[in-house]
Amino acid sequence: MLRIEGLTAEVEGKEILKGIDLEVPKGEVHAIMGPNGSGKSTLSYVLAGREGYDVTGGSATFNGVDILAMEPEERAASGLFLAFQYPVELPGVGNATFLRTALNALRRAKGEGELDAMQFLKVARERMRALSMPEDMLKRGVNVGFSGGEKKRNEILQMALLQPSLAILDETDSGLDIDALKIVADGVNAMRGPDFSALVITHYQRLLDYIVPDRVHVLINGRIVKSGGPDLAKELEAQGYGAIQAAA
Amino acid sequence: MPAVTETLETVQSVTESGYKWGFETDIEMEFAPKGLNEEIVRFISAKKNEPEWLLEWRLRAFTAWKSMEEPRWAAVKYPPIDYQESYYYAAPKQKVAPKSLDEVDPELLKTYAKLGIPLREQEILAGVEGAGSAPADGRMPVAVDAVFDSVSVATTFKDRLEKEGIIFCSISEAVQNHPDLVRKYLGTVVPQGDNFFAALNSAVFTDGSFVYIPKGVRCPMELSTYFRINAKSTGQFERTLIIADEGAYVSYLEGCTAPMRDENQLHAAVVELVALDDATIKYSTVQNWYPGDAEGRGGIYNFVTKRGACRGARSKISWTQVETGSAITWKYPSCILQGADSVGEFYSVAITNNYQQADTGTKMFHIGPRTKSTIVSKGISAGHGQNTYRGLVRIGAKASGARNFTQCDSLLIGDLCGAHTVPYIENRCVTAKVEHEATTSRIAEDQLFYCRQRGLTEEEAVGLIVNGFCREVLKELPMEFAVEAQKLLQISLEGSVG
Repeated sequence: MLRIEGLTAEVEGKEILKGIDLEVPKGEVHAIMGPNGSGKSTLSYVLAGREGYDVTGGSATFNGVDILAMEPEERAASGLFLAFQYPVELPGVGNATFLRTALNALRRAKGEGELDAMQFLKVARERMRALSMPEDMLKRGVNVGFSGGEKKRNEILQMALLQPSLAILDETDSGLDIDALKIVADGVNAMRGPDFSALVITHYQRLLDYIVPDRVHVLINGRIVKSGGPDLAKELEAQGYGAIQAAA
Repeated sequence: MPAVTETLETVQSVTESGYKWGFETDIEMEFAPKGLNEEIVRFISAKKNEPEWLLEWRLRAFTAWKSMEEPRWAAVKYPPIDYQESYYYAAPKQKVAPKSLDEVDPELLKTYAKLGIPLREQEILAGVEGAGSAPADGRMPVAVDAVFDSVSVATTFKDRLEKEGIIFCSISEAVQNHPDLVRKYLGTVVPQGDNFFAALNSAVFTDGSFVYIPKGVRCPMELSTYFRINAKSTGQFERTLIIADEGAYVSYLEGCTAPMRDENQLHAAVVELVALDDATIKYSTVQNWYPGDAEGRGGIYNFVTKRGACRGARSKISWTQVETGSAITWKYPSCILQGADSVGEFYSVAITNNYQQADTGTKMFHIGPRTKSTIVSKGISAGHGQNTYRGLVRIGAKASGARNFTQCDSLLIGDLCGAHTVPYIENRCVTAKVEHEATTSRIAEDQLFYCRQRGLTEEEAVGLIVNGFCREVLKELPMEFAVEAQKLLQISLEGSVG
């Protein structure tokens, strides 16, 4: 379970997170919604350990372990996965090479044996079929020349391969057409189970029609101002953030 | 951010332990007296029992050298070299020349085994295991000439190659057994007085490899020479001569390492390639001389002249180099494209970390019609490293329809290093086409974070990104060595991110 208590953080000296309290129990999918600039991406980067996102107070533990004290790769090894809002291009690095290196790094950390190229391809092809992705995506450079939708699907493919126990999806739905959105949602839903938790960050209720969350939290101005069931998302869609902001 | 301190610490730990080839072999050696004079040149020639013409050739080179000045145009800085403070001949003591591998000093065999270079014919180069899914029996053997300080100590697969008419031996041996071939080609691509370091090499070269591939023969295995500097205060001056006769093909690879020492040691080699009609020579280098420590103490001064002549029509010479070592690298593997439709290629990766300096590139001389050249240079600078690409594309008046494509990419890691590109283009032919592209980039913070979020350590991430950056060059290496080269890139850059 992910437990965040009183988390404050700043970027370039400016306080963005102003005391976040949040619990995502094992097996649950929670959504975080909020207007632009409310601190949604900052929260995901702080949890993943990006340089320049400095924690100034509070705590975040995952299954009882303090993740804020770990290097980004250690957090990944402990089961945390971040699907990036803007997936990064790595020119000249083959997607297959990248995915295999990442998968083997995690397997090594878990004390499992590494997969050779053939074993990896077998696993990767299975996952790609399940996500209806063309196989040539493995041969291309990481995200190089990918369309917006392809980049997001590539994130979901990585998640499906790396099998995290906690996935943070940072606006994975932005810029997706409805077909791509369904593929992304299918990818997340396929992972759901007693050992998988997810934090789905989104602007829009639309994604939550496909990934139905257990809880919805509203993040405004660095604080969670309201939490509720899946209906809260629909409420927001109807009334906008303004009403909640005013109430808070 | 603490990342900077962390980087410094990692760089230190890496330079203390990262250079895995820095050990020294304890073996009884025979030296010529220190310093350089005519007596030393005569000593080396006598030691090698050379014919009179070669001694005279050396002495002419020595006379030329004395009147020459060290080149100062390269973008490298180093204190003056005292040429009298070096030994010019150092060889392991052997009672009789070994006739077979069984007679080679076990200490030497051990040294090469430790370096991953087995001198047993049934073995293949180490570091290749796990290179992929190729079955063990499908791997190509590699013939090795092992040069230890000033002499060749062993050459493998000689007999098998001889059956095809291929000569692969040390150049000292070639002088004895194939004097006509040596005399016909030695110094015809790089003349004795070509430049300061080539003249020095011509006067005092001690060993190196000799290859002759006869007409129409495709060399059935990779040939390679492994250079090892071991003795203190000793320079290595090797000379390599490769001749591919009409329609012949050969792929040749050289590797090099040296012990870690606080002193700078000089390495001034000359490589000459000759390709006749329809012949192809592929020459690959994985240069891993000791680069010096994190403060820039020690390391090899690598001043090398490499040049190939495409004498025949449709001949081809392709240089591929991965330069990760040496305190200073000064080398410009070049092609003289004389034959009509001949092809020259230069693929280079040069890495400078800590205080390493590299000034490297190529010269393509288009003389014959429809000659073609391709240059792909990837420079990576980290730490306080300085990396310069220096190249010349010269197209003569008769090279109608000649073409050149040049691509120079620089990658910077950190903000204390430098990358420089100095391309010269001289075109005297209106029908020629010359293209030049250049880029400079950095490893971005978001790329590193992306990789680390997926579970890669910072070092693994840098290695992956750098290997991606170098991909076009690495794919030109023989498969047997590509994996090794990739690992080497990663090791050379460990801890360089801040």
